[in-house]
Amino acid sequence: MRYIGIDIGSTSAKTVVMEEDRKILCSFTVPTGWSSFDAGKRIETELQNRLGKLPRQDFRCVSTGYGRQAVSWAERRVTEITCHSRGASFLFGDGLMNVIDIGGQDTKVISVTAGKVDEFFMNEKCAAGTGKFLEVLSGRLNIPPEELDLLASHHTKELVISSMCTVFAESEVVSLAGQGESKENLAFGVLHSVAEKVSTLYGRLAETDRQKVVLTGGLCSYPFFQSLLSDKIGQKVVSAPMARYAGAIGAAMMA
Amino acid sequence: MNLISDLPEVFDTFAQQRKNSFLTVKEFKERGIPIIGSYCSYFPKEIAMAAGAAPVSLCSTSGETIPEAEKDLPRNLCPLIKSSYGFAKTQKCPYFYFSDLVVGETTCDGKKKMYEMLSDLKDVHVMRLPNKQDEEALDAWTNEIIRLKNAVEERFGVTITEEKLREAVHINNQANASLESLCTVMEHDPCPISGHDLFKVLNGSQFKFDRKALAAEITALSQKIEADYSSGRMLDKRPRILITGCPMGGATEKVIEAVEQNGGIVVGFENCSGEKNFGIQVDEKAADIYRALARRYLDIGCSVMSPNPHRLDTLGRMIDQYHADGVLEMDLQTCLTYEVESAKIRRFVTKEKGIPYLQVETDYSQSDIGQLNTRIAAFIEMI
Ligand code: SF4
Ligand code: SF4
Repeated sequence: MRYIGIDIGSTSAKTVVMEEDRKILCSFTVPTGWSSFDAGKRIETELQNRLGKLPRQDFRCVSTGYGRQAVSWAERRVTEITCHSRGASFLFGDGLMNVIDIGGQDTKVISVTAGKVDEFFMNEKCAAGTGKFLEVLSGRLNIPPEELDLLASHHTKELVISSMCTVFAESEVVSLAGQGESKENLAFGVLHSVAEKVSTLYGRLAETDRQKVVLTGGLCSYPFFQSLLSDKIGQKVVSAPMARYAGAIGAAMMA
Repeated sequence: MNLISDLPEVFDTFAQQRKNSFLTVKEFKERGIPIIGSYCSYFPKEIAMAAGAAPVSLCSTSGETIPEAEKDLPRNLCPLIKSSYGFAKTQKCPYFYFSDLVVGETTCDGKKKMYEMLSDLKDVHVMRLPNKQDEEALDAWTNEIIRLKNAVEERFGVTITEEKLREAVHINNQANASLESLCTVMEHDPCPISGHDLFKVLNGSQFKFDRKALAAEITALSQKIEADYSSGRMLDKRPRILITGCPMGGATEKVIEAVEQNGGIVVGFENCSGEKNFGIQVDEKAADIYRALARRYLDIGCSVMSPNPHRLDTLGRMIDQYHADGVLEMDLQTCLTYEVESAKIRRFVTKEKGIPYLQVETDYSQSDIGQLNTRIAAFIEMI
């Protein structure tokens, strides 16, 4: 028996395959693209390439993420909140923790006990504090989003971007650049803005002082951002490269 | 009495009641029966009933006229206010159209200011609702009810005798008691009917003008549900969700659907579509019936009261009575009083009652269905 977890987010779709003993056999990411159904098909093809043709009775699948309905062959659809909690416990151990997941269009903060959700909050309708904000603003700076973190770590000034709204923040960046601000400082301003917004959301949790705070989702390989976020919330935020797969891992655990 | 044949059919009829009563109102108009419109649970219907008038609820629940309303009103205003104003302005709500008098109360700021604007379109009488529930407030509210009585008498050339008022109180008490007892069918675990079906009846019953007949009909319905339950007709066991917050209906039924399509069941409504509206009885035997009426309405646990202890009392009682596994608060966007109070409600539900709580904020659009589904599904998964 194999267990497959598929997490179709707004920008990327993550897949994790687990063995009978719940060890991770393989994981891969494909861009979601314009349609989560299309992404679902590409994942199916990729799975066949990697595992060969799997007879239906030999695997079970749970899908999650905003495109979870697109995986028609999944036994069950579970929300990303539950899956990220399970996945975070798999990666960072059981016990009390707070999970921060920064996704493409949703950011969530979740209090978790042994993989079970105690409480959660999600950002309201707007894109502030989400991956979308980073994507738009790094586009404005003409750099790929992955480079923001390294760039920001070389800042010479703690530049603040005051607009929370993505559209206004974009024009703010344009005018700051026009005044000669360096890319490094602007990158700092962008990451700082996300950390600020996320820490406000974090502050809504009833138990903000839990010893373990983990970051899952797309920003798990942004060490500078993690230090910014740790400063803002006053707790050390840890992460791991596999944490971007937390949702898919949680889904596979529940398959 | 056994008029009830098929439950789904009954629920459907109630769901259509608002539409079906358009004609009744027109007929009333032709027969010279005065029509008094209102927007809030604080409106003492009994005064209208005692005057031989028909009370109708004017709260709008669809986004249709919001763009028109936004020509006059700010965008970031509660959708209930925008849509109600929009329907009044565009004359698209037959109930508003046929109303001879509109009665408002000084509840939240948005509504207060809307009543001012409505007075350009209709005869509006505004009752000064105190924001506290002490004895002084009761004196003031009793006076306001008498002031309403005088205004109605003068406007329609009728006399509201004490006898007529007591009769209206009795009839309305019975109607409310029947609705309250219908709600208790949800004490069963598993539930006999869905929360959405219960909602259709509660909401539709506002548009049944014969309150006496309504009581009989609702009682028969409860009996039918109970009888079916005894013979094994019930739903499967599901996480039990109690709803609190702003008034619901129409567009915002999406929240009920999100609960019930994601594996949960709504077991009760602690809002103005439910027990906040009809859960309190007037003391029929009171020597001073005006004061008794005032007490019943002043006791409503709405967030416009400060402090608002009755909301916690009712919520706590309902959590126990309906064995709720979680409380879901639905607030309408920019509804200040409910949104501020939600921090207190969260603490009460999670700390004192020890069950999970989720607050969602929504409006009359369908644009947030995806987000609502994710939040609510995750909430149900927690249970
Ligand atoms: S929520 Fe408060 S203001 Fe709104 S209808 Fe109910 S009682 Fe009136
Ligand atoms: S929902 Fe809130 S803002 Fe809207 S009318 Fe009622 S109390 Fe006022």
